[in-house]
Amino acid sequence: MAGSVAGGTPDGWLLARSLRLPECVRALDAGGWTALLAIARAEQMIGTLAWRLDGVAVPPGVARILAAARASAEQGRIVALWEAEAARRALAPLGVRVVLLKGTAFVAADLLAGQGRSIGDLDILVPRDTLDAVEAALIGAGWEWVKPDPYDDAYYRQWMHELPPLIHRDRDRMIDVHHTILPLTARITPDAAVLLADAIEVAPGLWALSPTDMIVHAAAHLFADGDLAGGMRNLWDVHCLIDQFGTDGLAARAAHHSLSREVARALRLAAALYGEGDGRTLLDGAYLRRITARDGWGRATRPFTRQTFYVRSHGLRMPPAMLARHLWTKWRKGGAGPASG
Amino acid sequence: MRHSFAVRIGPVGFRIGSDWRAPIAQLESLYATYPKPHDGVPDFTVRLFAARPWRRFVRPAVMIGGDYVLPEAAPLPLAQGLLAAEMGMNLQMALGQRRYLLLHAAVVERNGQALILTGISGAGKSTLAALLSLRGWRLMGDEFALLDPETGLIHAFPRLLSLKNASIATVAAELPADRFGPLLEGTPKGSIRHVVPDAAAVAAMDQPARPALILFPSFGFEAAARDVSPSEVFVRLTQASTNYVAIGERGFDALTALVRTVPARAIDYPDTASAVAQVEAAWLDR
Repeated sequence: MAGSVAGGTPDGWLLARSLRLPECVRALDAGGWTALLAIARAEQMIGTLAWRLDGVAVPPGVARILAAARASAEQGRIVALWEAEAARRALAPLGVRVVLLKGTAFVAADLLAGQGRSIGDLDILVPRDTLDAVEAALIGAGWEWVKPDPYDDAYYRQWMHELPPLIHRDRDRMIDVHHTILPLTARITPDAAVLLADAIEVAPGLWALSPTDMIVHAAAHLFADGDLAGGMRNLWDVHCLIDQFGTDGLAARAAHHSLSREVARALRLAAALYGEGDGRTLLDGAYLRRITARDGWGRATRPFTRQTFYVRSHGLRMPPAMLARHLWTKWRKGGAGPASG
Repeated sequence: MRHSFAVRIGPVGFRIGSDWRAPIAQLESLYATYPKPHDGVPDFTVRLFAARPWRRFVRPAVMIGGDYVLPEAAPLPLAQGLLAAEMGMNLQMALGQRRYLLLHAAVVERNGQALILTGISGAGKSTLAALLSLRGWRLMGDEFALLDPETGLIHAFPRLLSLKNASIATVAAELPADRFGPLLEGTPKGSIRHVVPDAAAVAAMDQPARPALILFPSFGFEAAARDVSPSEVFVRLTQASTNYVAIGERGFDALTALVRTVPARAIDYPDTASAVAQVEAAWLDR
């Protein structure tokens, strides 16, 4: 398996195989390792890979790199939990249930999906009617607005499923305050009240979505919101959640949130990448082509496929006339493109 | 990528890929005596690439990419491709290094003991390191001191010395021309010329050293020296470290141990001859 079994050029499948069958990395030569590490870094999965390969015999030079990645992920975990605790303290006087989302939730609940996971911003979910109070409490505790642009600010407040991002002035960490899991402009409207009501307390004063809702959220984020950036990591989350909690009740839950199609696709793609993968459709193939579009230098590849999914993601996010107005405004500001959006 | 080069500097392996041949050819020549990464697997990847395909040929501009990137990094003209490669390598260290606590400092060694020279840009770290390496000291690096939290030892990182503006002539007066890279004019930091570390520095780069003295040099003042308290050294070194926060408690432990056990002095100097004498005096006095 020098790069890929078929002898082709390495892509995201090299990372997927190494996560699925850690022992297979023993067949890698120096070039294969170099490509694997670059791809894992580019997909922000080097910590995940390092944990997954813990205990596998690897060359000493590689072992040192993986040990540093594990230490770095561990420090990231500590910082993410501290940030969650800071938010909990700031919001405690309001009596609002602070529901952690994504990476922070995975490490707070000590899930497989959290092992080695890179965690950027703190994402929390709160009831929509508490948004003003939550925002005021966070600002009182040292968070500040990031987006100075009035169009962006107004856009977030009117149409998004979250407040404009806030950053803490001392700790330099961002918080995204969500009131639901999809933009208000999307055609699908998940049941935010049920997400909140069925949340589970994973640490004193800190809550996480139920396991089925975590999977629904991951699928919603990947297919109904984003342009598939971070897809490998997102589907690894899905794979780990299913591995740990199974799929009982998932179909009914997905149907309740009107996300059956997205959840079914997430399950098929996660299985194709990290599991026993069969039964993929023709369209799944296109998704996988996009999700694994990375070369051995860590570069984004397949620009046409990427662009197609970028345009499509905006098509899902908002109706055509609104999309045209949005892209026109963003383009004039020089912002729009697959990297920003 | 079209062209590539791999090198190990101290304990850290790099691979540099480029859309152009020229920067790679310069790296091959200047790093000719350096080893390759351990097990052939580099710690970090640097990419020098054209922002658009035609910019490989038309007003070629070098974008710096890699495992770790700064979002707003401006491209450099192709004539400064070597500088782009060096900046890319420094960037990977600054943003991605987690094994060692990085201190922005030059380091020289004598009898297994390390002298750490730290201070703001323009304090004369690179110049002093180059001159001291001609006076019986082993050069360990002019950019980063790599403090190992496990052992408290400093590891060498002897990349090309980066001399700027007036210091180029100062060092050129003492060094043969074949140790110099091309003169890069009009860079964001003025004129830059790289110097290849001497053979002894490259040969001994796998030998770490015990830190024995920390100096804070300042150029352009009357000669003076004062002791610096451990608490002040601690604060100044947290500011001089690119990964102190990212390393967490291990970094705190390593740094507090360093400032508690190693004496520190600030030296002001009017010219390099005086600086070398002041360094030697401080070393005897430590």
